[in-house]
Amino acid sequence: MITSSEILETLHMIENEHLDVRTVTMGISLFDCCDPDPKVACRKIVDKICAKAQNLVKTGEQIEKEFGIPIINKRISVTPMSMIAAASKTEDYTCFAKAMQEAADRCGVNFIGGFSALVHKGFTDSDLKLIQSLPQALTETSNVCSSVNVASTKAGINMDAVRMMGHTIKDLAYLTRDQGSIGCAKLVVFANVPEDNPFMAGAFHGVGEGECVINVGVSGPGVVKTALEKCDGDLSAVAETIKKTAFKITRMGQLVASEASRRLNVPFGIVDLSLAPTPAIGDSVAHILEEMGLEQCGAHGTTAALALLNDAVKKGGVMASSHVGGLSGAFIPVSEDAGMIRAAEQGTLTLDKLEAMTAVCSVGLDMIAVPGDTSADILSAIIADEIAIGVVNTKTTAVRIIPAYGKSVGDQVEFGGLLGTAPVMPVRNVSPAAFIARGGRIPAPMQSLKN
Amino acid sequence: MRAIITVTGKDAVGIIAQVSAACTEAKANIEDITQKVFDELFVMVMLVNIDGLSVKFTDFVDRMNELGKNNGLAIHTMHEEIFNAMHRI
Repeated sequence: MITSSEILETLHMIENEHLDVRTVTMGISLFDCCDPDPKVACRKIVDKICAKAQNLVKTGEQIEKEFGIPIINKRISVTPMSMIAAASKTEDYTCFAKAMQEAADRCGVNFIGGFSALVHKGFTDSDLKLIQSLPQALTETSNVCSSVNVASTKAGINMDAVRMMGHTIKDLAYLTRDQGSIGCAKLVVFANVPEDNPFMAGAFHGVGEGECVINVGVSGPGVVKTALEKCDGDLSAVAETIKKTAFKITRMGQLVASEASRRLNVPFGIVDLSLAPTPAIGDSVAHILEEMGLEQCGAHGTTAALALLNDAVKKGGVMASSHVGGLSGAFIPVSEDAGMIRAAEQGTLTLDKLEAMTAVCSVGLDMIAVPGDTSADILSAIIADEIAIGVVNTKTTAVRIIPAYGKSVGDQVEFGGLLGTAPVMPVRNVSPAAFIARGGRIPAPMQSLKN
Repeated sequence: MRAIITVTGKDAVGIIAQVSAACTEAKANIEDITQKVFDELFVMVMLVNIDGLSVKFTDFVDRMNELGKNNGLAIHTMHEEIFNAMHRI
């Protein structure tokens, strides 16, 4: 029998500490939608997504109500669109993004991911078309997310792709200038991209996945912070407390995942063991690091504290779930985390410190606004640095950066909702142009002689 | 299947009676009750069997929510599984 104190603890987590399931994401394969006629392909795409996901939102809401656990987002990810569109005779892939948007609207989901290309070793003609269509496609749609994998530990870094993405991001920032360059918030550049990630903007349904799958992303920075408030022991005790809390959070995610899978009659894929912050007060990863004893996130010691947090979340979560995957770890999206916004505004949290932090946590430079006049070369160089960390350390890293048009250091960009508010952060304006212009590939790194 | 109903709020006469009446009406069978008053705060945890529920479980959840709202109480009705998942290996 569950005790009253356990019941009240769970209720307290939900009511006061923002415990929730961040996303239930349905992955759908679109391989059977290829067609030489792009109009036919688009119709097949809309029909297939709608057939598979028509009950996703309704089922999510039912589970939410019966179990009393908020499920914040219901989303869809699809096969990388560059593979599906490859068969179609067209140069502009915007129509495929619009088809994704139509399917998302009909199913009632708030994001659909997979307008993506995997170019870590080279480009197919279709990959190039997709990347060229990206600025227009993300401007003319509102809920479509895109990702481009430009590197992997086994293939090295495709620097031509890195150079191209700098320009793509600039173009996207310009085209969506009236909305704070929000288009860039829907585009992620990856190294070692996971194929089963349920979180946006990087979600897509990988080629090794089945026909349809349910992946779940959990959250709960507020719960971890509250647990740490009661922990006055040393860092071993801190790690133990985080592990126990992560276990509880993940068990809840696993239950929701199994239930959604059963009710939708779709196989369960993975639970993503993540701490995903929101701009709400009490839902911040930065505040966990501060609870450990740092005056502010970004102080010296932040990387070590984050390493502890990230590792403990994984250790606690792994035992709580039958299958773990996705990004799994603490997220550090600057604009979506009240503590990071404040630290960035006050200059404690810098781009360099964030880069160091990404070496020990799950994602990368995420939701960072930089001045609108930052050159494409500098954006590419920021991407190259971040991607190199992932490639060399055999981990996923990513860049979601917003060169906010017309804004400079000290300004803020307001995105609203879960995307939050981004303080514009300074970049170094010494030119990396000649390095980026070389292009080519950075060879795959050694996997022995590790130093 | 069983559900847990938690009731918190300012203590008053007849809270248990009202919640029990709502359970009876929906044919939820009460299996266990733990209840305490801390200062003036009323806290109750109720375990009910919902196999014979005469309404849909989601409607029962709504009904209990409504009862809470009308009486200045917070009433949460959730499947027991969520607590088992979180607190038992």
